[in-house]
Amino acid sequence: MTTHEGIGAAVKRKEDRRFLLGKGNYVDDMVLPNQTYAVFVRSMYAHAKLKGVDTAAAKAAPGVVGVFTGDDIAADGLGGLPCGWLIKSKDGSNMIEPPHPALAQGKVRHVGDPIAMVIATSKAAAKAAAGLVAVDYDALPAIGVVADAVKPGAALVHDEAAGNLCFDWHIGDLAATDAAIAKAAHVVELDLTNNRLAPNAIEPRAAIGVYDLAADHHTLYTTSQNPHVIRLLMGAFTLHVPEHKLRVVAPDVGGGFGSKIFHYAEELMVTWAARKVDRPVKWTADRSEAFLSDAHGRDHISHATMAFDAGGKIVGLKVRTLANLGAYLSTFGSSVPTYLYATLLSGPYDMPVIYAEVQAAFTNTVPVDAYRGAGRPEAAYLLERIMDKAARQMGIDRIELRRRNLIQPEQFPYQTAVALQYDIGNYQATLELALQQIDYAGYDKRKAASAAKGKLRGFGISTYIEACGIAPSAIAGALGARAGLYEAANVRVNPTGSVTIFTGTHSHGQGHETTFAQIVADKLGVSVDNVDVVHGDTDRILFGMGTYGSRSAAVGGSALIKALDKVIDKGKKIAAHLLEASAGDIEFKDGNYRVIGTDKVKAFGEIAFTAYVPHNYPIETLEPGLEESAYYDPKNFTFPGGCHLVEVEVDPETGVPEVVEVAIADDVGTIINPMIVDGQAHGGLAQGIGQALYEEVRYDAEGQLTNGSFMDYCMPRAADLPNFKVGNHVTACTHNPTGVKGVGECGAIGVPPAVINAIIDALIPLGVTDLSMPATPEKIWRAIQAAKAAPRAAKKGA
Amino acid sequence: MATIKLQVNRQAQTLECASTTLLVEALRDHLRLTGTHVGCDTSQCGACTVHVDGKSVKSCTMLAVEADGAEIMTIEGLASGGELHPMQAAFREHHGLQCGFCTPGMIMSATDLCKRVPDPSEHEVRHWLEGNLCRCTGYHNIVKAVRAGAAGMRGGK
Repeated sequence: MTTHEGIGAAVKRKEDRRFLLGKGNYVDDMVLPNQTYAVFVRSMYAHAKLKGVDTAAAKAAPGVVGVFTGDDIAADGLGGLPCGWLIKSKDGSNMIEPPHPALAQGKVRHVGDPIAMVIATSKAAAKAAAGLVAVDYDALPAIGVVADAVKPGAALVHDEAAGNLCFDWHIGDLAATDAAIAKAAHVVELDLTNNRLAPNAIEPRAAIGVYDLAADHHTLYTTSQNPHVIRLLMGAFTLHVPEHKLRVVAPDVGGGFGSKIFHYAEELMVTWAARKVDRPVKWTADRSEAFLSDAHGRDHISHATMAFDAGGKIVGLKVRTLANLGAYLSTFGSSVPTYLYATLLSGPYDMPVIYAEVQAAFTNTVPVDAYRGAGRPEAAYLLERIMDKAARQMGIDRIELRRRNLIQPEQFPYQTAVALQYDIGNYQATLELALQQIDYAGYDKRKAASAAKGKLRGFGISTYIEACGIAPSAIAGALGARAGLYEAANVRVNPTGSVTIFTGTHSHGQGHETTFAQIVADKLGVSVDNVDVVHGDTDRILFGMGTYGSRSAAVGGSALIKALDKVIDKGKKIAAHLLEASAGDIEFKDGNYRVIGTDKVKAFGEIAFTAYVPHNYPIETLEPGLEESAYYDPKNFTFPGGCHLVEVEVDPETGVPEVVEVAIADDVGTIINPMIVDGQAHGGLAQGIGQALYEEVRYDAEGQLTNGSFMDYCMPRAADLPNFKVGNHVTACTHNPTGVKGVGECGAIGVPPAVINAIIDALIPLGVTDLSMPATPEKIWRAIQAAKAAPRAAKKGA
Repeated sequence: MATIKLQVNRQAQTLECASTTLLVEALRDHLRLTGTHVGCDTSQCGACTVHVDGKSVKSCTMLAVEADGAEIMTIEGLASGGELHPMQAAFREHHGLQCGFCTPGMIMSATDLCKRVPDPSEHEVRHWLEGNLCRCTGYHNIVKAVRAGAAGMRGGK
C-alpha cells in the first residue's frame, strides 16, 4: 500500500496552498451580482419590553432597499429558531421551550438580541440607516449571572419558565450514592465555577442569501460546520421551504469550535430577505457583534461530593450543577449540560455509584451552547479538581490516588454508573507516557531551580476521558435528540482512475481534504494527489450531519470506508470478468486486483477505465460506472482519553503565573495523520490554557456584557503559551472501521484542571487551597494575600 | 471621494474611494484582494496585516488615503509564478495553519520580522507575533514555521 501517503503518514495538507496564496474562499470574500448589505439593529438592554420600533426614517435613507422587524417575519409566518434536543425533567415533564424569533417580538431578552434588519446597497449606507431605526424600550429587571436566576423572586426571562428553569434533570442513583457517601471513610466536597467563554473563531460569522425568482429557489452561503443540518432546520422549522428549494453552502470557514454548528437568526434572515428585496443579501458580523450574537460556552456552577474508602478508592460521587442556557435555547444548548456533561462524570475512574442533578436556567445573556469540548471539559474540570483536593485531604500522593482509581485495561468494556459503556482504553499507559514526557523524575530539581529565581513552581495533573464520535442515532434519539447522527459519503472513481469523494462532514481547519484523501489512498492505492475531497454544499453532497464533537474521522471516515469497500467489491467483479476468474478468487491489494496465487493482475486504474468504457464487461449482470455511497451510523460513542501534565511558575510578589511545561499523552485511537493530530491537540491546549488563565465572558448583574471585544476579552497570544509536548498511546476504537476515536477536543478538555491544579500546588506552601478560572494575576495575588492574613489554624484544612 | 494611486503587488492602481475608506476595505472591496482578512474591529487580531512600503501594518488601522503613493504588498503578491515564498512554504511544511483565516496576516507579519531579524529566537517570534491572533494552532507550529521560514529567507530559497 502507499504507506507514505496512507493512514499513519504525516502527509502535508492539500488545502494549504490556497490559504497560503490568499486564495481561500470565505463567505465574506464573496461578492454576488447586485448584492446588498444587511446590518442588524440589536438591543442595548438586557431585558426590555419593545414599545415600538419606528423604521420610517431608516426606510427613507439613501441606498436602503428594505427594513424589517419582528412584525414582518411574524406576518410571513417564519418559525422560531428550534432546539434540537429535548430534555425531560426529573418529574418527566418536557423542558420549557420558549419561542425564539429571529427578530424580537414584544420583548428583547439579551444585549444583542436582534430587533430590526436594515438592507442597503452598501454596508456604509446600511449602517447609517440602522442608526435611524428608533426603538422605544421599556426596560425590565434583568438576570445577568446564572446564580441570580434561581433566587427567590428573581425577574423572569420568559413568563412560561417559572423560577427561570428550563429543566431540572438528573441521572444516576441518588439513594445508592447517598448510602455510599454516608458510610465512606473520607468525604471530600468542592464548590466550583466553570467560567463562561467566547469561542472566537478568528473568522466572524457571515451569510449571504440569494433568491432565484424564476426557479423559486433559495441559496444560503454561510459560515457553518454543518450545512445539511442548517438546511434541515430551515426547511422544517424556520423558513418552511422544501429541501429541494434550498441550497446551503459552507465554503472555506475560518474556524468553528462549535460556535458555527447552530442555526442562527442572521442566516434565516438573509435567506428570507433576499426574496423580499429580490437581490442577494449579505451580512458579515464584526467582532463586537460576534460577542453579542455567537453562542457562548460553559458557564456552570457546581457542588461536588466525592466519597472514598479507607484505601483511597472512590465509592461514590454526587454532583449538583446549575447551568446557564442564556436567554434562549440554542440548537444544542440543552444537550451540553446534560448528556454531554453528566454522562462523563465517571471520567477514567472505576466508580460504583454516581448521582448528578442539573438545573438549567434562562438568563438575560447570549445563548450558551457547545464550545470545543462541550460539557466534557466541565466534567473533567470537576473531577480533576476534586481528585486533587481528595489527595491532599487524605494525604495520598495525587498520582497514586489516580493510579488506584483508574479503570484497569482488563475491565473493558466498562459500564459506567452514568449510562455510557467505554469500549476500550489504557489510562495507565497514557499516565505513564505523560510522566515520561515531562520528565517527572526531574521535577524536584526544576522546582528548586525555580525557587532559586524566586518563583514558586507547581505541578498539575489531569487524567480525563471524553465521549466523541457522536452518535448512535437510536441511543441519541432515546435520550432526546431530534435528529439522527450518522454520516454519509460518496465515492466517485473517475474514468482515468482519479477519485472524487463527497463527505457530509465539514472541514474548517481540521484538514479533512488531506486525511480523507489518505483514507482513500490507503484503501485504493491511489496517490492523495489524485483524490479530491468535496464538502460543504448541500447540492453536491448527498447528506451529512457535519463536524462537531470530534466526529468527522470516526463517523464520516467510517462512512467513507464503507463506500470504498463497495467500490473495491464492484471492482472485483469487473476484474474477475477481465481475468476470467471468479470474483471470490480475486484479492485487492496495493492498488491491484489479482487472481489469488497467480501473476494475473489488473491495476485499479484499468478497472476504473473498464467500468466507464464497458466494451469487454459483464454488462448483463453489472452496471457500468464506479461510484458508491454509504451511510454509517455509529454503534457506540468513542472514548478518547489521556493524561495532561502542566508545570507553572508563579511569582509570589505579583501573582503572575507562567505555564512553563505542558506534556500530554492522549489515546485518540488510530491516527490517520500524526502531524494533523498533534496540531489539533495544540489548538485545544491553547483554548484550554486560555480558559484556565485568561478567558472569561463577563456580564454585570444587569446583563450588560462588559468585555465584548478583543480589547477586553483576553485571547491567548503567542507569548502567553509554551511549546507543547504531545504523545500518543493508541488503543484503536473497537466498533468502527477506522479505529479512530477523535482528537478535536482533547486539549480543551484535559488541560484546564491541570493548569489550576499546578497553580494551587505552587501556592500550597502559602496556604492557598482554592482558585477559580481564569486564574488571573490579580486573583492569584488576592488569594496569596488572603492566605497570609488567615489565621494559621485555618490553613491546616488544606 | 478621493483619488489615490498605489502600487499593489507591483502593479500600479488608481482608486476612487471615500475619505473614510480603510486600506483593508480598499484592498478587499475595491481591488478584490480578499486574501487580506478582517477578524476584529479593534486592531487586535492582525488578520489584515499587509506590507506598506516594506513594513507590516494592520490595514484596518490605516485610511486608504493615507496610503496614497505607497507600495503595498499583500499575501497575493508574496509568491512568484505560483512558487511559494519561503515563509509560505515553511507554514505548509510545519503545519503552521489550520483554518487559514489568520494565516495571511501571520505570514505578512513574519516576513517583516525576518527582514529585521534574520534569525529570530523562539522568544523573539512569540513576542513579535503579539499582534496576530490564531485560534486554531496554539501558535506552536506557527513559531516553528516562522523560524524555518527565516532560514529559508536567509538561504534565498
